[in-house]
Amino acid sequence: MKYADEFRDPEKAQALIAVIGETLKKVPLPKDRPLHIMEVCGGHTHSIFRYGLQKLVPDSIEFIHGPGCPVCVLPMGRVDDCITIAEKEGVIFTTFGDAMRVPGSKGSLMQARARGADVRMVYSPLDALALAENNPDHDVVFFALGFETTMPSTAMTVLEAKRRGITNFSMICQHITIIPTLKALLGDPQTNIDGFIGPGHVSMVIGNRGYDFIPADYNKPFVVAGFEPLDLLQSLLLVLTQLAEGRAEVENQYARIVPEDGNAHALKAMAEVYEDREHCDWRGLGSIEASGVRLRDAYEDFDAEIKFGLVQAQVPDPDICQCGDVVRGIIKPTQCAAFGTHCTPQTPLGALMVSSEGACAAYHQYAITGVAH
Amino acid sequence: MQAGLRPVKAKSPIGKSVTLAHGAGGRSMQVLIDEIFLTEFGTGQLSDLNDSARIEAGTDTLAFTTDSFVVDPIFFPGGDIGKLAVCGTVNDLAVSGARPIALSFSIIIEEGFDITALRQIARSARQAADEAGVSIVTGDTKVVNRGCADGVFITTSGIGRVPAGLDLSPVNICEGDRILLSSSIGEHGAAIMVARGDLGLETDLISDCRPLVAMCTELAAGCPGLRAMRDATRGGVAAVLNEFAVASGTALTIDEASLPLKQQVRGVSEILGLDPLYLANEGLFVAVVSEACADAAVATLRGMPGGENAILIGEVQAAPAGVLIMNALLGGQRLVDMPDGEQLPRIC
Repeated sequence: MKYADEFRDPEKAQALIAVIGETLKKVPLPKDRPLHIMEVCGGHTHSIFRYGLQKLVPDSIEFIHGPGCPVCVLPMGRVDDCITIAEKEGVIFTTFGDAMRVPGSKGSLMQARARGADVRMVYSPLDALALAENNPDHDVVFFALGFETTMPSTAMTVLEAKRRGITNFSMICQHITIIPTLKALLGDPQTNIDGFIGPGHVSMVIGNRGYDFIPADYNKPFVVAGFEPLDLLQSLLLVLTQLAEGRAEVENQYARIVPEDGNAHALKAMAEVYEDREHCDWRGLGSIEASGVRLRDAYEDFDAEIKFGLVQAQVPDPDICQCGDVVRGIIKPTQCAAFGTHCTPQTPLGALMVSSEGACAAYHQYAITGVAH
Repeated sequence: MQAGLRPVKAKSPIGKSVTLAHGAGGRSMQVLIDEIFLTEFGTGQLSDLNDSARIEAGTDTLAFTTDSFVVDPIFFPGGDIGKLAVCGTVNDLAVSGARPIALSFSIIIEEGFDITALRQIARSARQAADEAGVSIVTGDTKVVNRGCADGVFITTSGIGRVPAGLDLSPVNICEGDRILLSSSIGEHGAAIMVARGDLGLETDLISDCRPLVAMCTELAAGCPGLRAMRDATRGGVAAVLNEFAVASGTALTIDEASLPLKQQVRGVSEILGLDPLYLANEGLFVAVVSEACADAAVATLRGMPGGENAILIGEVQAAPAGVLIMNALLGGQRLVDMPDGEQLPRIC
């Protein structure tokens, strides 16, 4: 397949792995642990597991699977909010596929559907808008979830709904933003990260300049990466090269997709529709200042929280759940007491076990037990 | 390798109410069948959960099976629910090595269903039965109120005759055997997803829905090293190979690079973040054959309609018992787990 096979070539991968091994010899390594490279994005986590990259690179490199899977950092209370609205009379509740299985305190949206709620999977927020247009006697609510990757499409949908005067469409806005999250992570004294593989899709929207504080303030390399195995190996090599040369910079490995300044049209639509929330709750990470957005007052007619008078549910993570420690790279999924016992893909306690981008689900699916190798 | 590839398997609770995952052909469905139907219906042949039951009738051995069909959309590229209902049941007989001799056809129709569409469904069913060399000899019709069914639901049952001395079963699978696929994977699942129309994709993918009787009976007759066959419907090739591994207590190892995959199936899977190994097929079977018979078995299938792309994709190892292992494209190995519930498209 064009634009895929070129980036999955086993011979080129072997050649890159050899150079990675050579470069690693010049990197000053931590004494008591492997080199920690965090891939921020859930899509990268998925690729790392799918292509077995952890096993292909030298033992002294360990991938830390960061907080960049929007489903994985979804707090239980937010799922409860969705179910509260989904179970209202006359509501058609729509969402992306993998949000359906995330557990709240009263089960998942999929279980709500089994109990009779009209919950439907859509592939795009515009599909939800079309549903609203075709069902004028129903209220169609879309669960707008995701980082900056999905934000342009939901912002455009709101603008389109307003333009077309569609009044039976609204959204629960659970959009979260990457920069405040990275700041919170780096400010946490418990995390030990030596370099970052930066998100490709998010950066396609926001560009690369927002990451400048990472090398400037924390002296860590940050390489924005594509999603194919050769992209990831090349990005790892760029991180290692910076470490070997004592540099810390933002580099863009994914230049075929990511423009330095992002996508101006997308950013304009986002700025028109959304404003920062004072703080936003994250599964496992707690509340992070200004790490999420809500609809501006001019678009409050499309805000399902206002429309249905929702009082946000606050539900603490289960005691046994260590999603936060996994996301911060403090423990491996298999070191969590619930892994594979109380928490499995069939009975997920934590959202990291739900999405195929979640580190725990990936460990479980590919049965990587014990330490990395 | 063994140390790094230890499957983590916890039994899922059945839950308080039935969800779609209980019908998706994966682990949740196993739990439902175990805890409800095997518990209530008792042990005996049913507990083997084979594609068909074997019934001794005088000197003959008969195979008996049944299947229910719901599909959205009812008409899809490459077939419709009528063709699917016949193929599904004759294929369950065929992979047991049986030649189908009689079918039943029961249909539940929603009030208001279009008569022309109904006639087309019946015609497709008859054509598929003709192709499989079997007659529909009995049936039943019910009409329910609008909203109590989604168009039409069909149940077919079938009886076939098993050749004397043939006893195919995954327990016969042993170390050194080869794993064979009759065609390329995931075409029915991908075609149905595209046909639903909400992806906004245009492809010329068609479902692989077809009777497998000719290929399976030919293999059963001409390949003495044939251990087991199974059609890879819900849950896909991954589900069948996991079932074979568990039943035989072996490790099935497949090569990612050898998996036959049409470009468009790959494209749809990449866009949605789905694994084609878990996509449904309706005209593909997996066979495990002895090493000595493997090349001849492939040659046999390649000479037959529907088997042109038959290929060996891996082999059977003694350990670790009960798992499916993939030799990954870039080197290294990973475990391919039993699917669970519906595959859900990834968010971004």
